[in-house]
Amino acid sequence: MRRRFSEAMTVADKCDSIAVSVRSLSHRYGDSVALNDVALELPKGTLAGLFGPDGVGKSTLMGLIAGARKMQEGEIEVLGGPMRKARHRNAVFPRIAYMPQGLGQNLYMALSVRENLQFFGRLFGQSAGEREERIDRLLRATRLDPFPDRPVGKLSGGMKQKLGLCCALIHDPDLLILDEPTTGVDPLSRRQFWALIAEIRNTRPEMAVLVSTAYMEEAEGFDTLHAMYGGRILSSGSATALRDETGTDTLEDAFTALLPEQARSDPVDLEIPPLEQDGHETAIEARDLTRRFGDFTAVDRVSFKIARGEIFGFIGSNGSGKTTTMKMLTGLLPASEGQVELFGHKVDAGDIETRKRVGYMSQSFSLYGQLSLSQNLRLHARLFRLPPDEIESRIKELLDRFGLTRHADDAAGALPLGLRQRLSLAAAIIHRPELLILDEPTSGVDPAGRDAFWQILSDLSRDGGVTIFVSTHFMNEAELCDRISLMHKGQVLTVGTPDEIAADRGDGDLESAFITHIRENDDDITDDEEEDAEPKERLKSEDEARRRPRGMAFVRRLLAYTRRESFEVLRDPIRMTFAFGGSILLMFLFAYGISMDVEDMEFASFDQDRSPESRAYLQTFDGSRYFERVATVESRAALVELMRAGETTLIVGIPNGYGKALREGRATAVSAWIDGANTQRAATIEGYVQGAHASYLAARIRDAGVDTKKGADLTVTTRFDYNPTVDSIMAIAPSVPAILLMMFPSILMAISVAREREIGTITNFHVTPTRRIEFMLGKQLPYIAIGMINFTIMTAMAAWLFGVPFKGSFSVLALGALVYVMASTSYGLLVSVFTQTQVAAVFATMVISMMPTVIFSGMMQPVASLEGGARLIGMAWPTHYYMYMSVGAFTKGLGVAELGSEIMWIALFVPAFLLPAQLLLRKQAR
Amino acid sequence: MRRIVGNITWLGRKEFLSVLRDWLLLALVVYAFGPGIYFQAQSAGESVNNAAVAFVDNDRSPLSRAMREALYGPWFQRPELISGARIDAVMDADTFTFVVVLPRDMAADLRAGRAVTIQLNVDATDVMQATVGANYIRSILAREAQHFTTGEAGAAAAQIELVLRRAFNPNGNSTWFEAISALLNWLTTLTVILTGAALIREREHGTIDHLLVMPVTPFEIAMSKVLANAAIVFAAFTASLLFVVRGLLDVPIAGSVPLFLSGTFLYLFAAAAIGVLLGTAARSMAQFALLMIITILPMMILSGGMSPVESQPQWLQYITWFLPSRHYLSFSEAVLYRGAGVGIVWPEVVLVGVLGSGFLAVSLILFRRAVTAAGP
Repeated sequence: MRRRFSEAMTVADKCDSIAVSVRSLSHRYGDSVALNDVALELPKGTLAGLFGPDGVGKSTLMGLIAGARKMQEGEIEVLGGPMRKARHRNAVFPRIAYMPQGLGQNLYMALSVRENLQFFGRLFGQSAGEREERIDRLLRATRLDPFPDRPVGKLSGGMKQKLGLCCALIHDPDLLILDEPTTGVDPLSRRQFWALIAEIRNTRPEMAVLVSTAYMEEAEGFDTLHAMYGGRILSSGSATALRDETGTDTLEDAFTALLPEQARSDPVDLEIPPLEQDGHETAIEARDLTRRFGDFTAVDRVSFKIARGEIFGFIGSNGSGKTTTMKMLTGLLPASEGQVELFGHKVDAGDIETRKRVGYMSQSFSLYGQLSLSQNLRLHARLFRLPPDEIESRIKELLDRFGLTRHADDAAGALPLGLRQRLSLAAAIIHRPELLILDEPTSGVDPAGRDAFWQILSDLSRDGGVTIFVSTHFMNEAELCDRISLMHKGQVLTVGTPDEIAADRGDGDLESAFITHIRENDDDITDDEEEDAEPKERLKSEDEARRRPRGMAFVRRLLAYTRRESFEVLRDPIRMTFAFGGSILLMFLFAYGISMDVEDMEFASFDQDRSPESRAYLQTFDGSRYFERVATVESRAALVELMRAGETTLIVGIPNGYGKALREGRATAVSAWIDGANTQRAATIEGYVQGAHASYLAARIRDAGVDTKKGADLTVTTRFDYNPTVDSIMAIAPSVPAILLMMFPSILMAISVAREREIGTITNFHVTPTRRIEFMLGKQLPYIAIGMINFTIMTAMAAWLFGVPFKGSFSVLALGALVYVMASTSYGLLVSVFTQTQVAAVFATMVISMMPTVIFSGMMQPVASLEGGARLIGMAWPTHYYMYMSVGAFTKGLGVAELGSEIMWIALFVPAFLLPAQLLLRKQAR
Repeated sequence: MRRIVGNITWLGRKEFLSVLRDWLLLALVVYAFGPGIYFQAQSAGESVNNAAVAFVDNDRSPLSRAMREALYGPWFQRPELISGARIDAVMDADTFTFVVVLPRDMAADLRAGRAVTIQLNVDATDVMQATVGANYIRSILAREAQHFTTGEAGAAAAQIELVLRRAFNPNGNSTWFEAISALLNWLTTLTVILTGAALIREREHGTIDHLLVMPVTPFEIAMSKVLANAAIVFAAFTASLLFVVRGLLDVPIAGSVPLFLSGTFLYLFAAAAIGVLLGTAARSMAQFALLMIITILPMMILSGGMSPVESQPQWLQYITWFLPSRHYLSFSEAVLYRGAGVGIVWPEVVLVGVLGSGFLAVSLILFRRAVTAAGP
């Protein structure tokens, strides 16, 4: 009995001390296996690292643990409960923080530093006072406090990562998951980042941290390491344990030793032979190269000279102007001042011949993701005009050389990062360029992949005499270059061989030299060590703050999304201008342009009788303000020709013997030929012709009536109600808003969600306690507001500019408009749920809504008089109901009694769109 | 020259492949040119179709009954009798569009040669139906009255019949016109979105930079997008014209199909050029979408497909002159219905081509500027 009790205790203790426990976890994407029976345990208070090459399942594993991905097989327990259960996920989300891969991947670029933090604070339901206090503390601790109002898009990569960490820490998580947080970050920022993590762990010792990294030297410092390969964990233990286990000296070798036999590549002993100093022909020369963007000088008087065949490394902090310089070298960006010469020719954006001698690889993957590898290469080969008979063999050669043959027919977008970078390089050298410009080509690539990559560079340079200009954040790569240049804040600080630079400032270590140089040249960078004691105090947590009432949190989170969305819209002045200016412009154009009013309709006469009577008949037309005679036709053939050419749409014909018949009191006939091609216009013309004919008859009877007493003295007085002058504008001006209030809000809405999915900020919805309805309604509110402002503007335009009297109840119409805009934004949400990209969202929103909104809504033709499918489509769409409301409220003076039912109908569309959207919106990625 | 053609071909091929791999885009294109065209073409009867009419009959004579019975389908529903007090109520509620008030002793007065006035109340919120319908009703009532008075007297009064003939579409079948109008709408929408979005996507993914460092000119990039997307829409259009419009909807084509198709391709070029222009002017997809709405809706609504261009105020006609869709629509009408040949329609064709080239030229200028002004 006693024993059993103590056993139970141990289990409970163990549960209590374990933050994450993963058992037999498997995950697949379609046919490919990402994780295969993974088991892992992460005790509280420890820092564990995942390491391994690209595409072995590290990010998938982290996403699953964070609850961002939907689990397939196996079990994950996080902080005492199963992640499979939504209830548990929602309960622990406030205790987990997740930073996805990519610089500032989950941050909002248009928002300021503080606004980003506020958003995350609100998502976790913090009150204003608590939130601001935490934000101030975190900003001070990360030394971001000098720039709380800077837009995130303008921060350097290192600062973005620090801010990402702040956002993750704002709610005092017990589990911190960081997916390659230092990839693409310069050495100084990296060092600061890890110092910060250490500091946080000091203040919150029970917090568990799971990190993945591509830097072996970072991995050295972790408590536990999990070496991953092929969706499996090969071995776990401390760095020392792993080295001992495999009997190797370095982690890298240890990892290689752990790999299954067939996966082991031959160890690359990367040794780049020294550059033979022959000829000294200059490949690139830059003189006082300067580039300004507005007030900001991105590159400031940069000069260098690079010899043919040299490997020239470009290192520097994030945002120091490396990419801008490279773009100027390729001619993508013209220099503000100074000049570049490639092979003795001045770089000119239009110079096609120079481009054939240069290969360029940009920082981000910029090949076509939908095309296969060989299709991508073939496209490049063709564009660089390789001889057609060489192309296939060249492609085959490159695929072989870069180890890509197995993937030749896969879509490029589906490859893991390392392979994609190799493909990019293959594409960049397909035309055997003499100069290669590579912008951080190995960022995010695992160590083995980087070695292989540099081996290729070495061969190209030493065997092929190719000049290579490469930027990197990896110091071990910089050491491989013939010469390097250190850049900071747009200026070149120093140029030399790696050894010279390392010896000069870094006591033989390049990384220290880098940091020393930057510290010496930048007053903004505060020293970590000096103010060490203070931040610890500041980072102290308040655990009791976590228990908060639930109801308020719903509103807070919803409004957090609303606020953030509004900021994003407000920060984009062009979008604002179009959103409001667009409706004003279209309202203006359509109110004047859509018109059935006919005046001075051009007609031709075909008078075969030429009698006083026939002239009298035609006189009726000539005298009317609706008709204007433009031609007189002499023959039937001319009549046909005139109409075929579209010169006139109406011909009034009077037959031979017309006058005689009238004089003799016999019945006769006149005819009118109308161009029937445009049926609407034809019907209108027909009506006017009948009207003119009737008035001729009436006049004739009145004249003759006294004598004959045979004609009927009948007058029909027509009273046009609601629109006495029968002006089109009376009907069109109130109808146009119905179209625009559907189109604009729905498409803006659809894009806003699709955009989050495309750039990755949707993760914040996945891993925070946000409910679907909060996310959707929160994002919807700003667009409803835009819609209502537009409604007000357009109503005012109709009433004052176009003079359509507003007779009904404004409040009822405004209520209808509110419900209508809710329906149109809900439609946008529904579309965005099943489209993956912004392009698809725009396309689908537009194509699906166009017909029922513009054609079948009743503007041109009452829905009741439509036929078949069109009528059903018109009835099953909110625009028709709102248009009826708008016209009714304006011209008929209708109020709540008559329009109440329309509002009800429109209101039905809101849940009809929102409910499926809510059901289909995934709270987790697949 | 051979280099330019080669580059455009290879870049165009790439465009082709990426659209063909996007099943959602393809599905929407098929929807637009299949059911989209079909429903719109079948939608409209006459502009006065099944209109609701009520009579306030204070006369109750054979004449008044004859008048009521003279209004029938498909233009009008069977008229209903209502009391004079309810006129305002039924019109507010939109129950009836037309209310005819026949005066007391109408028949007797007419026979006695006294002047009679009939009141016709029209709900003029729908302008088209109001004017055309009121004219129909007026002439039908006059005919009945005439018949009533003269018929009995037996003597033939001066009676002039008006014979209306519609050329090119004798039955006034609106399917014909609506089908073409629908084709134009979809051509414009799909081409502008596909081309513009292709450019924006290229920019958002950074692949445009990549293209620009290759021996490829902006002109070639723009042309490849224009031609590839125009070709995709053109294929869908041709299939729709032959199988949906001519086959399913049975619309006769009076003129030459090859002439019509060549004109269409030229128009697609112009529409795609507009897409490229919008794609270059916009910085993000959201901006592009807004610009697109501002462009496409006027092209649909102000080109003559929904209301006649002649009815637009003169200043607006100058503006809509710049819409290639306006000229294309008048070209299509001429060729398809009136059987016009090149001799007649060439000015429109030339104009569409010139406008298209103009848009392309402007976008190339903007394109260069956008590339060089890009931020760090």
